[in-house]
Amino acid sequence: MTSQSVPILIVETLTKRFGGLIAVDQMSFDVREHEVMGIIGPNGSGKSTTMNLISGALKATSGTIRLKERELTAMPAHKIARLGIARTFQLVRVLPDLTAIENVVAGAAFAHKPRWGAEARAFAVALLERLDLGGKQDLPVGSLTYIDQKRLELARALASEPEVLLLDEWLAGLNPSELKIGIDLIASLRDEGRTVILVEHVMDAIRSLCDRCVVMNSGRKIAEGTPAAVLSDREVIRAYLGDG
Amino acid sequence: MSRGEAIGLMLAIIVVAVAAVLPLILDGYWLSVALTAMMYVALATSWTLFSGPTRYLSLATGAFFGIGGYLVGLGMSDYGLSFWLMAAIAPVVATALALLIGLATLRLSGVYFVIFTLGLAEMIRNLVSWIQNNFLGSRGLYVLTDFTDADIYWMLLAVSVAIFALGWWINRSRLGFALRIIGSDEEVAKHVGIDTAWSKVVLFMVTGFFAALIGALVAPRYSYIEPNVVFSPELSFIVVVMALLGGIHRLWGPLVGVIPFTLIWEGITISFPNYTTLFLGFSFLLIVYFLPHGVVGLMQSLVRRVGR
Amino acid sequence: MDILISGLLLGGTYALIAMGLNLQYGVARIMNLANGEMLVLGGLAAFWLFVADGLSPIATVFLVAPLAFAGNWLIYRLLIRPLVRRAKTQGQLDVDSILSTFGMSFIFVGLMVTIHGEYFTYSYLADPFSILGTTVAVNRLVAFIAAVAIGAAICFWLYRTQSGTAVRAVSVSTEAAGLVGINVERVSAFAFAIGGAVTAVGGTLISTFITLDASMGVIFTMKALIIVIMGGVGDIRGAIIAALLLGLVETAVATIIDPGLTLVAAYVIFLSVLLFRPQGLFGRRAS
Repeated sequence: MTSQSVPILIVETLTKRFGGLIAVDQMSFDVREHEVMGIIGPNGSGKSTTMNLISGALKATSGTIRLKERELTAMPAHKIARLGIARTFQLVRVLPDLTAIENVVAGAAFAHKPRWGAEARAFAVALLERLDLGGKQDLPVGSLTYIDQKRLELARALASEPEVLLLDEWLAGLNPSELKIGIDLIASLRDEGRTVILVEHVMDAIRSLCDRCVVMNSGRKIAEGTPAAVLSDREVIRAYLGDG
Repeated sequence: MSRGEAIGLMLAIIVVAVAAVLPLILDGYWLSVALTAMMYVALATSWTLFSGPTRYLSLATGAFFGIGGYLVGLGMSDYGLSFWLMAAIAPVVATALALLIGLATLRLSGVYFVIFTLGLAEMIRNLVSWIQNNFLGSRGLYVLTDFTDADIYWMLLAVSVAIFALGWWINRSRLGFALRIIGSDEEVAKHVGIDTAWSKVVLFMVTGFFAALIGALVAPRYSYIEPNVVFSPELSFIVVVMALLGGIHRLWGPLVGVIPFTLIWEGITISFPNYTTLFLGFSFLLIVYFLPHGVVGLMQSLVRRVGR
Repeated sequence: MDILISGLLLGGTYALIAMGLNLQYGVARIMNLANGEMLVLGGLAAFWLFVADGLSPIATVFLVAPLAFAGNWLIYRLLIRPLVRRAKTQGQLDVDSILSTFGMSFIFVGLMVTIHGEYFTYSYLADPFSILGTTVAVNRLVAFIAAVAIGAAICFWLYRTQSGTAVRAVSVSTEAAGLVGINVERVSAFAFAIGGAVTAVGGTLISTFITLDASMGVIFTMKALIIVIMGGVGDIRGAIIAALLLGLVETAVATIIDPGLTLVAAYVIFLSVLLFRPQGLFGRRAS
């Protein structure tokens, strides 16, 4: 089904330098509507930097990022968010001074499809229930468990009804039973027809969730295709296991 | 309106009513103390509108306040303009200055902002003195009006009520919510679509507006305006201490700090004038080490402990 | 030419003061807004000992340095360390240390006013001296030479000794420094104390040619901060160049326009740094 869909996010020759280090080097790929796209690769290969470039947390040195027809490359993060890109962070970032429901309203109030007041609260309550956080809406977020904080962060990202959702190692740090819950949750997002970019180390998740994936090594794209195809690619195996 | 809000509104009306009749009861010295307290209520509350949720410590109060007083003096003394006109112009000038300062510093980390505002009153004082001496003639500026202390007090009360109403409205608005998110995690704030720099600049302009307005309204109290007196860096610090002492997580928190601090400060100024600086220093340490959430925060945690 | 020489001489002393603040903020990560008061204390000591005992300010330096070191070490241990331990983020530590050092600065001012409420006026080596056709007071030259010597000694320590390397490591990353076995808390306390001592010595030197008073500290705090930010936090070389630049601009403004406008000039520089190079003169734009 993915082959007929139109590309919604297009990344072309994206490059990011930190001084002498090239973290992302001439990356090009696109993401189609309703697809789950994985970005995988060894540690330090530039996956998270790519995510940060897309969300506007970092500014690209060169190259372009386009969402539909809009060029995002030089935009500040808040404008990118308003155009419909929402994200979670590699190390979970909930808003510690706010209650759970306020955290979700924070995601809804300013971004892509703004909601406010009673409408935002009702929407947030529905999202919290959807993510199995029902009944925890008035708790201070400090008292939530790790996976609940992760869920809350995801709820905040979903609250803007994003065109593209960026999940930066959202499954990291979960124990095996939580991992299964997490994978099912992302699968349900895919079934709703959402467009997701996933940076992930958990190979089971990549295999079961992604329609396609891009493999990065030392800032470059070394392979692209279905999970089954790229994971059997010789260069990919070499990147993960070393030349030995 | 919820039950809690109704009670809050009732309380607020009673407090304002009591505050409004004070000048009819008090006179002379105590009226002047009440006037000082009312000035600080307005200054500390408007300071908290910006610095409370964002945690960006502004030391620009003295500079904006000075602009208010100085412009009123300049306009009335040198150009024969009316008090009301100058009291209307001064806040606009201060708001414009706050916009410029905000655009330059509020994109950066909070430290740069504090540093920039730290020397601001002193810098403007130097600049204004120089302009005054070289271009405007180095004579003093007079603010002669028919206002009594009671009149000034009532004007400041009205401004305070306006600040509270505005603060109440902001707290319920999207802007207020945005500021709380910024104070909580600025990176997340950007990624949920908040224009963080602009939100901070807008609120900073609001505090600049009110500080200058208050400076303008208080000017008739001094009759004679001199840049060296009206641009007081000390004022900025007193406002910070009062607000933090009361607690900046509630709109009415600073109120709790202002009244006792004004009374003690007046007492020390009269009895031990050489020790005011020392007292201010110890107040800062008291807040940092023993009252990090202010008196209101302390009371809340005590109530919670008793309730358990 | 006059401006150039006087400006550079002034800038030399500024560089020393900024070096003190750089050690405190760049390494110990404490935004010390009582820095200027530490400087004025050094000046007060010079004034006091000169007037009372006729002690030369150069000799006072050797007295002020160990005392200021001990005093600042105590301040760190007693007042700063609790803040470092309770802070969850650098932002929170900044707010706390700013408020706490404001408190200290007012207490210092209050104490100094009770000791000596007027200007610290004294005259030491005010004889004229001629270099490259420009006449300057000997005390400015002596202060400059002393500042260069002390600055060079600090640089040697930072770049050529093991303890200095540990200090630089902490300034790069407290976390990484901790991982390689550096006692970050001790190094921070040490850097804070050295920074305070350097600032106080700078005050002793500066008091020979600028008349200080108890409430002047905040202006020096501002100048030191502007230099540190202009040079890039933690960047010693940047701070030296920034200090010389500030010394030059201030001297030029004071000579050509009005001595009352030096702070305004410093603000103009500060504003342009914030607008165009917030990462410092030589810093890379942070991402």
